[in-house]
Amino acid sequence: MWENVAEVREVAFHVTRFTPERDVKPRVQTFQVPVRAGMTVLEGLHYIKENLDSSLVWRYSCRMGVCGSCGMLLNGRPGLACNTQIFDIAGTDLTVGPLPNFDVVRDLIPDLVPMFSKHAGLRPHVVREDAADQDDPAGEYFQTPAQLEEFLQFTYCIKCACCMAACPTLATDAGYLGPMPLAQVQRYNVDTRDGGRGERLAAAGAAHGVFRCHYAGECSRVCPKGVDPAKAIQHLKRQLVLDYLHLARRQKPCAKQHGPGKGTRDPQIPASPPRTIGA
Amino acid sequence: MPELKRHDNRLGIWGWLGGGRWGMERYAYILHRVTGLGILAYFLMHICVTSLRAWGIYLWTGEGAFLDAPVFKVGEFLVFSAFAFHAFNGVRLILVELGFAVGKPIEPVYPYKSSLHVQRPLFLAMMVLAAVFFAAGSYEFWHGLAR
Repeated sequence: MWENVAEVREVAFHVTRFTPERDVKPRVQTFQVPVRAGMTVLEGLHYIKENLDSSLVWRYSCRMGVCGSCGMLLNGRPGLACNTQIFDIAGTDLTVGPLPNFDVVRDLIPDLVPMFSKHAGLRPHVVREDAADQDDPAGEYFQTPAQLEEFLQFTYCIKCACCMAACPTLATDAGYLGPMPLAQVQRYNVDTRDGGRGERLAAAGAAHGVFRCHYAGECSRVCPKGVDPAKAIQHLKRQLVLDYLHLARRQKPCAKQHGPGKGTRDPQIPASPPRTIGA
Repeated sequence: MPELKRHDNRLGIWGWLGGGRWGMERYAYILHRVTGLGILAYFLMHICVTSLRAWGIYLWTGEGAFLDAPVFKVGEFLVFSAFAFHAFNGVRLILVELGFAVGKPIEPVYPYKSSLHVQRPLFLAMMVLAAVFFAAGSYEFWHGLAR
């Protein structure tokens, strides 16, 4: 699409602006940005802030698709500004807006607190009966590579909220838990170290829970990390149905293997080098 | 600290219908909801219409003549069309929502392949079946009316 990397082309950035002290509702402001091949939307926004309007506000941190801060609506589709190249999605015009399905705090900044509240309410961490050992672990929990693969995909979630913005169910039901929190329910429920499955399933199977999803698939389509929340949600539904029919395989959280220095070492594994710190 | 004014950016019904650049499952989602609401509306009207029989034979026969109007035949055909899509897409959704057609969790390697790709053949198969059912039903419906 863009053969000459040295060439610079003007792209009109139609940016949604909202200043709560002044504006009744958001307005759109257009900026002409010189764009070269490979330039990301985030770089375009920096150009605007440095050269055209220093009052433009957005949220970002890592610039490399890891922190999940710069989720925005780019030409009508949620995505990360830092890993979206302008010429991949725009020719001469690019619309940049805040993620929908959240309140707008200012310009391109959505209020993500409702999403994180739902997430926190579902206990998104390994729950063990031996809570004291979780704080001060004295051994390893046994888990096979196959058991790890059951949830590894869902651990790549960076909580950027793109899936929440794309979800059509969340657009009409503010109480719906949404793709990100539900995918994290599945991530911890299938973790063999975890013992909080029942509690999470009760919350996920409630009125605004997992059965409000009807597989529009947008969450998986827009996910910048390939987490596939839609897949997690369908597997979660299966768990709930099997539980209801008393067909689910029940297993206790895996046991701790041994404390440091108490296990038998495989003689094939060479000894570690002497410690250089804290020896 | 004073509470700042915010703008409610919830999309509402536009979130179902709008956006653009969506995938085919999104359009199936919209159509499934719209056809579901249409079939529900038909059922409610059907109950009202048939309950008129309780008010006497004259009302019932008069109503029968009224419902023979072409506009109601077109309406019935729309209900049949909605049913053809809703039923076959519903079978797909049951299979998908029970986790049968979405695949197992995989290591996400770019370019990402999601469960949407895994269930796509099932989606297309169900749409073909819906189209065949629709074509056969349409022939029977209009041919039957012409007889």
